Amino acid sequence: MFASSSEPPTCAPTGQAIHLTGLSKKFGSVQALEGVSLEVADGEIYGLVGPDGAGKTTLIRLACGVLKPDAGSVSLCGFLMAQDTEQARAQVGYLAQRFAIYEDMTVMENLRFFAEVRGLKADYWKARARQLLDFVGLAEFTSRRAGQLSGGMKQKLGLALALISQPRVLLLDEPTTGVDPATRLDFWRVIIHLVNQENLAVLVSTPYMDEAARCTRIGFLRNGRLIREGKPRELRNLLSGKILELAGEPLPLLIQLSKANQAVENAQRFGNSVHLRVREGKTEETAQQLQEAIHHAGGTVTRLQTIEAQLEDVFIALAEEMG
Amino acid sequence: MITAIRAHNLTRYFANFLAVDHLTFEVAAGQVLGYLGPNGSGKTTTIRMLLGLLHPSEGEAQVLGYDVVSQSELVRSQTGYMSQKFALYNELTIWENLAFYAGMYGVRDTRQISAILESLGLGAIKMQKAQNLSAGWRQRLALATAIVHRPRLLFLDEPTSGVDPTARRSFWDLIYELSTQGITIMVTTHYMDEAEYCSVIGIMRAGKLQALDEPGHLKASIPGQVWEIYVEPLLPALEAVEGLPGIVHATLASDHLRVITRLKSVPERLSSELSSKKMQVQKILPGEATIEDVFIAMQ
Amino acid sequence: MINRLVSLIRKEFIQIIRDPRTLGITFIMPVAMLFLLGYAATNDVRNISMAVFDQDQTQASRALITAYKVADYFRLTYWVSSEEEIQTLMDNNSVRAGLIIPPGYGKTLHSGRSAQVAFVLDGSDPTVASTALAAAVLIGQAQSTHIIAERLDRLGMSNAVQPPIDVRTQVWYNPGLVTAYYMIPALIGQILQFLATLLTATSIVRERERGTIEQLIVTPLRPWELIVGKLTPYVLVSFLDMIEVLAAGVIFFKVPINGSLLLLLLMAALFLVTTLGIGLLISTVANTQQEAMLTTMFLLLPSIFLSGFFFPLAAMPAWLQALSYAIPLRYFLIISRGIILKGVGISALWGEIAALSIFALVVMTAATTRFRKSLD
Repeated sequence: MFASSSEPPTCAPTGQAIHLTGLSKKFGSVQALEGVSLEVADGEIYGLVGPDGAGKTTLIRLACGVLKPDAGSVSLCGFLMAQDTEQARAQVGYLAQRFAIYEDMTVMENLRFFAEVRGLKADYWKARARQLLDFVGLAEFTSRRAGQLSGGMKQKLGLALALISQPRVLLLDEPTTGVDPATRLDFWRVIIHLVNQENLAVLVSTPYMDEAARCTRIGFLRNGRLIREGKPRELRNLLSGKILELAGEPLPLLIQLSKANQAVENAQRFGNSVHLRVREGKTEETAQQLQEAIHHAGGTVTRLQTIEAQLEDVFIALAEEMG
Repeated sequence: MITAIRAHNLTRYFANFLAVDHLTFEVAAGQVLGYLGPNGSGKTTTIRMLLGLLHPSEGEAQVLGYDVVSQSELVRSQTGYMSQKFALYNELTIWENLAFYAGMYGVRDTRQISAILESLGLGAIKMQKAQNLSAGWRQRLALATAIVHRPRLLFLDEPTSGVDPTARRSFWDLIYELSTQGITIMVTTHYMDEAEYCSVIGIMRAGKLQALDEPGHLKASIPGQVWEIYVEPLLPALEAVEGLPGIVHATLASDHLRVITRLKSVPERLSSELSSKKMQVQKILPGEATIEDVFIAMQ
Repeated sequence: MINRLVSLIRKEFIQIIRDPRTLGITFIMPVAMLFLLGYAATNDVRNISMAVFDQDQTQASRALITAYKVADYFRLTYWVSSEEEIQTLMDNNSVRAGLIIPPGYGKTLHSGRSAQVAFVLDGSDPTVASTALAAAVLIGQAQSTHIIAERLDRLGMSNAVQPPIDVRTQVWYNPGLVTAYYMIPALIGQILQFLATLLTATSIVRERERGTIEQLIVTPLRPWELIVGKLTPYVLVSFLDMIEVLAAGVIFFKVPINGSLLLLLLMAALFLVTTLGIGLLISTVANTQQEAMLTTMFLLLPSIFLSGFFFPLAAMPAWLQALSYAIPLRYFLIISRGIILKGVGISALWGEIAALSIFALVVMTAATTRFRKSLD
């Protein structure tokens, strides 16, 4: 749609779209990141997840050159951030947690400002702006003040601003935090279509596991280290056969007995049932024991079965796993 | 059944804007009511009216048997409220914050304050200033201030926004704990998975209450069927599926597409459609409906 | 109920103490203002630099120059030899005044005729210029009188020198006409007004900004408790500030407190009711601390000019004087200057006290009515 040729544009001749090697960053005495390496290819959406303070925002800021790493290197489409800063930055569209839009300027004035700051020619950015506004659904609102837009629309304007210079790499730092589910879905629809159309490489951090599930690959950060990465299915398989769903009456008793069992690592209530994470290879045995214990204590079991692990189960297991 | 909240034609205008549109509903005591809806759909306004913070333009409501307009002081003394912005004083320590709110409710018993701090795991850090706390701890402290006077009903307005999944899980453990003690809880959230934790779910849109039911009933009532489609290449396939007639919603779920449709004989039709566009369909499986599907299908 | 109030006040104090920057400004700013006003903003004109172009060079011309020199209004900084030089010096601000004595000045005087001298003046600062002008004329007249006396003396009519009228001036209350004496009582009023309004407004608006006001509203706290609890700490802070300024005035500028200190404090309390009420009113209008600050500025800045703080009310046009009756600070300034400088008591001030009481009642009623305990 946006590319001039029929082939989607690509970074391939010059190298991997996003190539981070051994990134470390210290703030005072806090080691925010330590030796993080990752790669994102054209057309890939890479999701960064991890507990608060794990270093997600720092990593994205290093990748877009807002911060300088203490060690390691950032390479975007083959341009090293430390040496070819200008060219490397020209590849990046960046949407920060608190995205920078001028609320007292109109949608078009915002686009114009960000285009001119990036040194784009009027005949280029005007056409590009029209395409982007159509794409994110703001075409009717070009003369509305940005402050008068709804939260979801502001966010889409932020995205359009980040994309005005047709970057190859899109960096998103928790773009949907505090946004309602319908708007979040809509935002992701736009991102997915963009990746499809423009063959972008996207690095996105998110606290929402349902969003992480939409990514091509996921990296899990903890205490500044990338401790696990893979496709969503691969990560879910880490816990395959370890999650038991238990339903019955009375629920407090079920939880109490589950927590008392040695092989149960974690018992979590989900509405009217309990999800148990059981130690490797103990699932059958534990199910048996619980069934008996609950009957013995006068409770009833209506459902007890292994279920597929959700990404959130994986998140919690990884966050808890120490060392 | 004891009714904790009863609303009848509850309505609120802001100038000409109809924020809450004739809500009529009841919540039984002891329930965990999850309140879903987009930003601006009237969730917070409803809670504020139930607390007597805003007066209804029309209609009426009783909370714990008290009228929310004429007996708002009685309502407030027996309910707890945790607002979206965790209402904490940054300059004050955890202990000082809690002791302050306790004082506002006339609770002077330091043992009761200590007990609440301990039960929420805040005891060890009670001398830290609120401004230095992470989002997860701030959330717990905000909850502590809302329950320090041992209320019978708790309103939680987006209590989990901005905290990580681990903190969210343990926060829900606390909610269940309070529910077990017999406290009725009304909680608004943006997280669809949290909605599954509730005993009753209300869905708000544009000021109207579109549905109020148990999660299982809601999921059983969605118009259509959920299918999981494993196909390569994924993104072009998504665009192709979205263009088909009879598709309620199609979205990307990591390595497959998730589609809600009213069509009959879906696998065959989708298979042939996609194959004709030179896409390789590996398998199409029926999926289980989630609350998110309910939410989307109701749009 | 009292317990709730105590909790609220204690919380407010903790917040005040834990914000040392604001606290510092609260106590340093008034004293800084006092010193600035006391030293810098003085209206007392002394030592005006002057150039002299003496074309006569006689004993008579030197006598005239000495007459100017000994009065400490003028400082003789340049002897010049042309009028153009005076022009140049005045252009580059080296001198403010010039005395030009024409040739033959002494001869003319000797012959018993009237001699002319020229006195030129830089009028760009009217305060300086008017004082200098008056001084120059006075000094000239005194010298004339002196010369006439000498002439009469020579004619043997020494008993005729007594001037027919001798005005003996005596300045009461502020005999040295020291500006600081006049400014410090006014500064107290200004500080009470500005700090109390600003602190009250921002402290309430801050609760709204952070969302804590909503949490307070859902507690059984009553509206009047919230108001009293929020205001009490700032009443105390304002009082401490006022005492600080008063003490600094007495110690560093030797301001005499001629009247009753107790009465002054009571009147300050009365004035505070009005200013706190204004702060409360602002807090019901403003949504952010920045808005509160700007609204405070907007409302209070005119009072600096219309209350008689800097400029005497009596010199203003009638319509401005009429407007000044709507400024509460006007009444408090009359009261504080009256008590501190004149040492007067209630009997001389009852009109102002009545006016302040009416303001207090009206503003506080309006503020508490608007400040309801709901979000509507």
